Amino acid sequence: MTTSPMIEIRNVDKNFGTFRALDTLNATIGEGEFFSLLGPSGCGKTTLLRMIGGFDDPSSGEILIGGRSMAGIPPNLRPTNMVFQSYAIFPHLNVAENIAYGLKRLRLGRAEEEKRVKEALDQVELSELGPRMGNQLSGGQRQRVALARALVMRPKVLLLDEPLSALDKNLREQMQVELRHLQRQIGITFVLVTHDQYEALSMSDRIAVMFGGQIAQIAEPKEIYQNPATRQVADFLGGMNFLTSSHLSVNGKNFAATLPGIGDITGHLAGKTISDPAKAIIGIRPERLRIVWEGETADPIVTGKVADRNYFGEVTSLAVNIEGQNQHLSIVETNDFGADDIPVGSDIRITYDRDAFIVMQG
Amino acid sequence: MRSFRSQQDPECGIVTTGIPGQIEELNLDPSAPILPVQRTGRESISRFLRSETGKGWLTISPPLLYAMLLLIGPIIVIVANSFWSQDYLTIDRTFTLENYRAALTEPIYRDLLMRSLFISVTVAFVTVVLAYPIAWFVSFYGGRYKGLWLFIITVPFWSGYLLRILSWKVILGYKGVLNTGLMHLGVITEPLSSLIYNVNAVIITLAHSWAAFAILPLFVSLEKLDRSLLEAAADLGDGPVRRFLRITLPLTIPGIIAALMIVMIPTVGDYVTPKLVGGKDGVMIANAIQVQFGRASNWPLGAALAVSTMIIVSLVAGTIVLALAGLKRLLK
Amino acid sequence: MRFLPSPRRLLAVYVILYVAILYFPVLLLPVFSFNDSATPKLPLVGFTFRWYESLAGNAAMQGAAWNSLIVGVSAAVLSTVLGICAARAITRHRFRGKGPASALIMAPLILPEIIIAISLLVVLLGLGLQLSLVTVILGHLLICLPYSVTVLVSGFEGFDPSMEEASRDLGETSFGTLRRVTLPMLAPSIVSSLLVTFTISLDEFILAFFLSGTEPTLPVYIWGQLRFAAKLPNVLSLGSILIAASLVLLTAAEIFRRRAERKMELRP
Repeated sequence: MTTSPMIEIRNVDKNFGTFRALDTLNATIGEGEFFSLLGPSGCGKTTLLRMIGGFDDPSSGEILIGGRSMAGIPPNLRPTNMVFQSYAIFPHLNVAENIAYGLKRLRLGRAEEEKRVKEALDQVELSELGPRMGNQLSGGQRQRVALARALVMRPKVLLLDEPLSALDKNLREQMQVELRHLQRQIGITFVLVTHDQYEALSMSDRIAVMFGGQIAQIAEPKEIYQNPATRQVADFLGGMNFLTSSHLSVNGKNFAATLPGIGDITGHLAGKTISDPAKAIIGIRPERLRIVWEGETADPIVTGKVADRNYFGEVTSLAVNIEGQNQHLSIVETNDFGADDIPVGSDIRITYDRDAFIVMQG
Repeated sequence: MRSFRSQQDPECGIVTTGIPGQIEELNLDPSAPILPVQRTGRESISRFLRSETGKGWLTISPPLLYAMLLLIGPIIVIVANSFWSQDYLTIDRTFTLENYRAALTEPIYRDLLMRSLFISVTVAFVTVVLAYPIAWFVSFYGGRYKGLWLFIITVPFWSGYLLRILSWKVILGYKGVLNTGLMHLGVITEPLSSLIYNVNAVIITLAHSWAAFAILPLFVSLEKLDRSLLEAAADLGDGPVRRFLRITLPLTIPGIIAALMIVMIPTVGDYVTPKLVGGKDGVMIANAIQVQFGRASNWPLGAALAVSTMIIVSLVAGTIVLALAGLKRLLK
Repeated sequence: MRFLPSPRRLLAVYVILYVAILYFPVLLLPVFSFNDSATPKLPLVGFTFRWYESLAGNAAMQGAAWNSLIVGVSAAVLSTVLGICAARAITRHRFRGKGPASALIMAPLILPEIIIAISLLVVLLGLGLQLSLVTVILGHLLICLPYSVTVLVSGFEGFDPSMEEASRDLGETSFGTLRRVTLPMLAPSIVSSLLVTFTISLDEFILAFFLSGTEPTLPVYIWGQLRFAAKLPNVLSLGSILIAASLVLLTAAEIFRRRAERKMELRP
């Protein structure tokens, strides 16, 4: 990370009664960074976002924004603004009044206030909707008003709590692009909470993956996908073949193992430390395995039997058992060469990239 | 897309890996906060008030304190009074059970208590049985007019408690509307004297008064009933009667219990109805309590009567709840 | 050809009958209040306004009406203010002991009024207070509170809590949020609570009977008049006015409640 820190999360715990919602979180989010909190529901990501916004207090630990401790500072005095999951558009005010809501307290004068509201409306392409009442907007329009209402306050940090989850698929994909574009354009820190791994992967500079109140990994999207730190992270972000292995050893920056039915393999740790090799596990993404068609040659080659076949339109997923070895592989192959016609029960040859194996803490 | 797993599921706990530069090692940061070992009283109070529990208690405290001061406080005083005795205007605060002996064994009070219980239980069951189809109708066939139906049905309950009872006196009276009407039509030649001033008149009037109130909890529990359960039962071969007995009735038992309680407990202490239409034979315990706090001026005895009534009606209520819970199990 | 009515039609007939019987005694009083006879009996003899006219010059009745107005307005306002606190705590905060606390506030709904009345009487007299309109207001506040809480809880549930958080997030203080977001959103429920509790107070007899001392409210005044058979037609006309007033107030409350509900439907 090259930029200076904007948000520092230091040893933050949160207990609800006896339930530990957040457990010793540490993270630093940089200035101008698009940072995502990704995890299944109940993992604590929204709680952490609300703490940054000031709607919940940590049970212990502290949060700094722009170098200042936020302990005891209410939401109205923080340099953050939030886009709520429900958007929370005030239904008794019209769009322009919604956007001007926070500006009213700044006493900017009527002209300046109107100018900023107009700019904000333009920014989210809602120039025509100023007089429309808050309860007469579509989902996409609400989302834009919520965004404009927060951005007009010129926050240092914009917090987004699952802002796209209420939108239908096409609009959601369009808004992903727009949000990313907007963030680059204004250059402030965005913190996004989402449970959608594709949303996090496509929009973020970095992602924190959370499970059970803990951060499992913080890294750039590509790193998270290609080199997940733990089995849980790997599983949450797309499919992963977890392989039966023996003689797993870690030395220096490399690891080596014997995979029954596949052979001896080696790989790079890629910066990871495996604290407990006995519980570590080897994996390979299904798209890193390829079918070797008749007449083709390849090295290495693994042979197995097709146990199941699932058709997904452009691709087909095959479940392959390597007989007698308790080794099961899932392969995703495009349908260009007829993967969708391979009969269940037939023998199949598979090859893989030698550097595609990764080791994860189990 | 599913991946094949060759090993048993991983343990739930996640070990964060120490990837340099990815998870900040802030424990080494010299500016990391040192938790205060001790907090002063004021600090811990302000911390409590900022906590969720503190904010909750602070917000609810005005109405809660009011209810404590004007409901719990007075009830404690009444309970205390019931163990004292009174000689003309002076209260003797030595502990005695004499009032309870009188309240529970003297025939006049015992009969009044039993009659009040009989009336309130009867009224509760009559009201609920009559109201159930109405709640059913509104919930199942009310469509978009459910709110309007509920409003229409509950309005009489909200307006003119005293006047509704008066109205029944006018209807049932010896020279009242029913008698004069029937005589005018030639159905009877002499006014019927059995219409008013008895237990039946009290039951009719109370059942009418409370009809609307029983509908609300029944309606709520019918609304909560997932309609697809009835479809599932039909799909599995149950006819309308069996569907009602096996699905609707067991699942609305909580509503039935609430409706029974919300009618039974307040009616046991009704004062105006027995006074206006009950006559000599329809006197209830509330009239006796009022006399002790009025003319007879024996507060401790009145207090003991009130406390006994509440305890006994609670016991009866508990028994009914248990019986209905048992019924629910039988219906399964 | 089928002669047997369908179960659904039977149910409809039952509902109509039920509602008719429900309203019959309520509508009977106004009918006899216009009947030109000193006792309410059938057949009706003739139409008259004289029972209403005689109310006009009745100073005692007007005094009672004034008392009822004071008590009703005070109880309604106080109960709505306390109700906002309770409803807010119930809907917006999670805390240990919320169940028992709200049960206590709602308890007067189910307690026999005579119990509440005598306990208050004993305590208030014990504290050396004179029975007056104030003591009636204290009592009415207790029984109005559950209704306020019920109406306002649904009001609070009707709008997204993140509206208030959004206001704080946009720089507004707690008080400013109350003024600019909470109260405007809650307005229909507040009006509904005021109207419903005023109606309850206007109609309430037992507590007023025990606690009013020498200043009767309308129901207490009516009770006093019942001793005199000759005053019955006057009571009927006064009662009819009261019922009409209650109906108007309740209808208004219902309209406001629905307005609040409509706001809820537009929740994102």
